[in-house]
Order: sequence, then structure tokens, then C-alpha cells
Amino acid sequence: MPNNGTAHILTLLEADFAGIVDEWVGAQIEEGVKRSDLFSDAESRAQSTELLKALAKGMRANDNTVEFDFSADAWDDLRAVLADITRERVNRGVTPTEMATFMLALKGPLFDRLRSSLGKDAEALVEQIMLVSRLVDSFAIHTNEVFIAEREQIIDRQREEMMELSTPVVELWDRVLTLPLIGTLDSARAQEVMENLLETILQRQAEVVIVDITGVGTVDTQVAQHLLRAAAAVRLMGAECIISGISPMIAQTMVQLGIDVGSVSTRQNIRAALADALPKVGYNIHRVKDS
Amino acid sequence: MRLHSSSVAERGRDLLRLPLKTNRDVVAARQAVARELKARGARPIRVTRFATAVSEIARNTVLHGGGGSFAVFLDPASGYLMVECRDAGEGIADLDRAMTDGYSTGGSMGRGLGGAKRLADRFEIETGPGKGTRVILGARL
Amino acid sequence: MSGVAAINLVENALLVSIQDDVTDTDIIELQDTLSQRIALEENIRGVVLDISALEIVDTFVGRVIAQLAGIARLLDAQTFVVGMRPAVAVTLVELGMYLPESRTALSLTHALAQLKRG
Ligand SMILES: Nc1ncnc2c1ncn2[C@@H]1O[C@H](COP(=O)(O)OP(=O)(O)O)[C@@H](O)[C@H]1O
Ligand SMILES: [Mg+2]
Repeated sequence: MPNNGTAHILTLLEADFAGIVDEWVGAQIEEGVKRSDLFSDAESRAQSTELLKALAKGMRANDNTVEFDFSADAWDDLRAVLADITRERVNRGVTPTEMATFMLALKGPLFDRLRSSLGKDAEALVEQIMLVSRLVDSFAIHTNEVFIAEREQIIDRQREEMMELSTPVVELWDRVLTLPLIGTLDSARAQEVMENLLETILQRQAEVVIVDITGVGTVDTQVAQHLLRAAAAVRLMGAECIISGISPMIAQTMVQLGIDVGSVSTRQNIRAALADALPKVGYNIHRVKDS
Repeated sequence: MRLHSSSVAERGRDLLRLPLKTNRDVVAARQAVARELKARGARPIRVTRFATAVSEIARNTVLHGGGGSFAVFLDPASGYLMVECRDAGEGIADLDRAMTDGYSTGGSMGRGLGGAKRLADRFEIETGPGKGTRVILGARL
Repeated sequence: MSGVAAINLVENALLVSIQDDVTDTDIIELQDTLSQRIALEENIRGVVLDISALEIVDTFVGRVIAQLAGIARLLDAQTFVVGMRPAVAVTLVELGMYLPESRTALSLTHALAQLKRG
């Protein structure tokens, strides 16, 4: 008679592999989680088969003398297959609930077989049903973890893309660049912004850079330090840095914080900064006619 | 700051080992590190930052430590590219002070140790009066 | 000197390209040579150090450049550091070496133009 181990379930699985696949795919359709809009029947069947094969392999390798532990080496393949299938499904727009329901639908076909094979031995039946539940539940949980990790990666990637988008270096005039900063300026972003700015100076051979902070929410000591360091690096490369958009309030903050702005030129707005920058690169702005 | 060390056994084979006796050895050391980083696809900014940290520490080994040796290896746990500079010189008595920007017993900038710590992704130092000095720097790849 | 190319005199300025294998000894020698030439030759108004070949500038090289700028100023000449790579600029800022004593320019041409303008 079966003990706590997975041996009995493995026997059932091997005895009627194709039947179980059929019923599982059937159950998925019944539960409404077989997304025929996203997956063809053949694909669904192939994935279910692959999962069951990995499950059988795991049960063969599993050490039945110890408590079931899904992180054990025996389940490496199954975890990998689950991860692959989850990723595939996430990318096609399957939701976490659908993914979990898909896994949980495997319980039905397995319970049916346990019932017919162990019907008279109530104790063994309960034990085996609990084991199958634990197994399948941990698959569903694993699926969910992969799902979350995958989502986080997507979010990270998008955040990076947004960061690049939100710090464009614009060529305002021949050899004059401007960097309109918007939002918050933490250390990571400040570093990235600075590197991007310096690279552009080199490419464009820019002589003046206007860093406009009109759109920066708050300027505290940290932000002010980042700005001054960026200005210092710009100067080291041989270009001039003008910080524009210094409101009276920010000026006050900077003075109160005791930040030495002596070496950096600052202007109230980008217009004043541009008027300053153009003569430096040999241009003059003048009115063509009275208006 | 005074830290544990990774044992030689766990760190595996050195990619490179050079003496650090002269100015020229300092150049060879930082160039070797730059080469190793580039060969592993590191961006220019990371190469420059780390090679600068190595230059500072290797110069200290020659100048303050009376000469020593330099090794490059990979940390199997983190995959970091690691550099070790060691000497059997007089060591540093007051490490906290030596780490402070602007402190130097040699009349120089005194920004090497603090700067190297900021520029490297990992920084470990083992030193003490009469114990020599061993600095380990790590670069994320 | 291996890590330093020859010193050229162009329009009242001494031009030097520093090479990437420059050692501490080389750079100190360069400081000596340049100081002497500014002092002895007439009409030298500037020194231009092209560091575009340098992958790193550490606190030692930074200090020598700063000192050279100080010496040159006493002898009524200006020092320009030109062609610094972005990665080097970022690293020097991290080291707290802002080189306030020297002027900077994108390239040799820019430096010469600025020297002319005064
Ligand atoms: N390898 C070493 N052996 C002995 N003393 C050292 C060593 N490295 C650093 N020091 C001490 O720490 C001080 C600070 O070092 P650093 O920050 O590199 O500045 P600097 O080299 O300009 O003096 C040195 O002046 C020296 O006293
Ligand atoms: Mg030092």
C-alpha cells in the first residue's frame, strides 16, 4: 500500500498518461482558462504534456523518505518547465489567476484516479489526496512567483526606458546644449543624466550647456550637490555650464544650505541663460524691426 | 572597514600576478586591470573608475608600503573582478583617519583611500601597525 | 620620457600630449621641463596639456597638473587641460579633484582660440 510518498501517484500517471493529459486539457476548457484566443489547442496540449512529463521525472527522482519539498533538486526540471511556460503565457497576456487555475485544474483527473484505485482504503486516500493537493498547490505558487518576477522585470525595463526618455539632451543652438530636468533627481538618476550629458558634449563638441531645473520638484542638499558635481564635470571637459530655473526659493535654500555656487553660473530662467550662452559661441540676438 | 578576508582556496586561480615595486609597475597594474575589464565587456566609465581606484591603491603599496604585489582574480561567489594589492610595510595605525579625504602622511592629496572606496564596487582593507597592508577591490561585471 | 610626447611651441603656447602609459616619474619630469621653459623662454603665454589619450587621471596626476597650473600662473602663463574624456571627468569629480587652477577646453583648437581672446 502506498505510504506518504509519490510512488503511487507516479504509477497512476504512468498507467494512463494520455488519458490524464486529455482530462486536464478538458478541465482547462471547462474552467474557462484554456485561452483559445491566445493559445492553439496543440500548444495547450504540448505544454500540458511537457509539464506532466517533468512531473513524472520529478516523482521518479524524489526522495520519498523525507517530507515533500518543492525546492529539492528532484524538481529542478519541473520548476524550469513551469517557469518557461509561465513566461510564455505572461508575454501573451495570460493573467496570474488564469495561470494558477490552469495548474489547479490538474487536481481533478488525479483525484478521480486516486478514488478509483484506493476507494476502499479511506486513510490512504485522504493521505494521497492531501499530497496531490500540496504538490499541485506548490506548482501554482511557483507559477505565481515566476509571474511576479517577470512583471518586475518588465517594470524595471520600462522604468529604465522612461528614465532615458525623461532626460533628453537637446541641441538648442550650434554648440549649445540644454538639459531640461524634470521630476526628482536621486543619485542613480543624477549619475545617469551626467554621463549622458558628458557624452553628448563630446559628440557635439558643445561649448555651453544649460541645465534647466525649472521642472525639478525640490532642491535639497543632495540635489544641489548632484547639480554642482555635474557642473564641475562639464567644466573639466572644457565646456561651460549654466544652471537655469533657479527660483528665489531655491536660491534661498542653496544659500541657507551653505552651498558654494561661486564657480557655477546660474540664471533665473532658460531665456536669460540662452541670452548668455549665444555670445559665448559667437552669436548675437537682435531685433530685426520694430513690432 | 577592517574586514574579513577571502581565503586563497576559495578565490581560485589568479588571472594575473605582478610585482609592485616601481612607478612603472603601477602603470602596468592599472593597464592590466583595464584590459581585463574591457575583455569582459565593461563600459568605459566603469573601466576608468575601477582602473583609477587600482592606480591609487597600487601607488600606495609602492609609496607608503615599500613595495609589494598585485593580483587579479574572479570572485566565484559574486562573479566580481577582484584586485588585491599587498605589502609587508609598516601598515596603517589609524585607519579611520587614513580613509578620510585630505589626510596624508606623505604631503600629497590624501584622497586615494577614500576615493578608491567610492570608485570600486567592493573595498576591503586589512592593516595594522607592523602588519603590512592588504587592500581588495572589486568591480561588478 | 616615454609617457609624454614631444613639447611643441605653437603661437606662444607649449603643447604636450600625455600618453596613457605615463608614470609618476614622467609626469614630474614634465612638470620640471615645462616650468623651466616658461621661465626661460620669452613670451610663453600658455601651456596646453592634451589628455585625450588618458584613460585615467588619478589624484597624483591631478595634483601635478594643479601644481603646474600654479607655477605657470606665477610665471604669467595659463594652463589648459584639453580633451578630457567623460569617464575621466566623472571620476575626478568623484575623487573631489576639480582642478580649479587650470582652465579647460574641448580641444587644442579651442584652447588656442581662448588663449588668443585672453
Ligand atoms: N600601503 C600602505 N602602507 C602604509 N600606509 C599607507 C598605505 N596606504 C595608505 N597609507 C597611509 O594612508 C594615508 C592616506 O592614503 P591616501 O588616501 O592614498 O593618500 P596619500 O597617498 O595621498 O597620502 C597615507 O598618507 C599613508 O599614511
Ligand atoms: Mg595615495
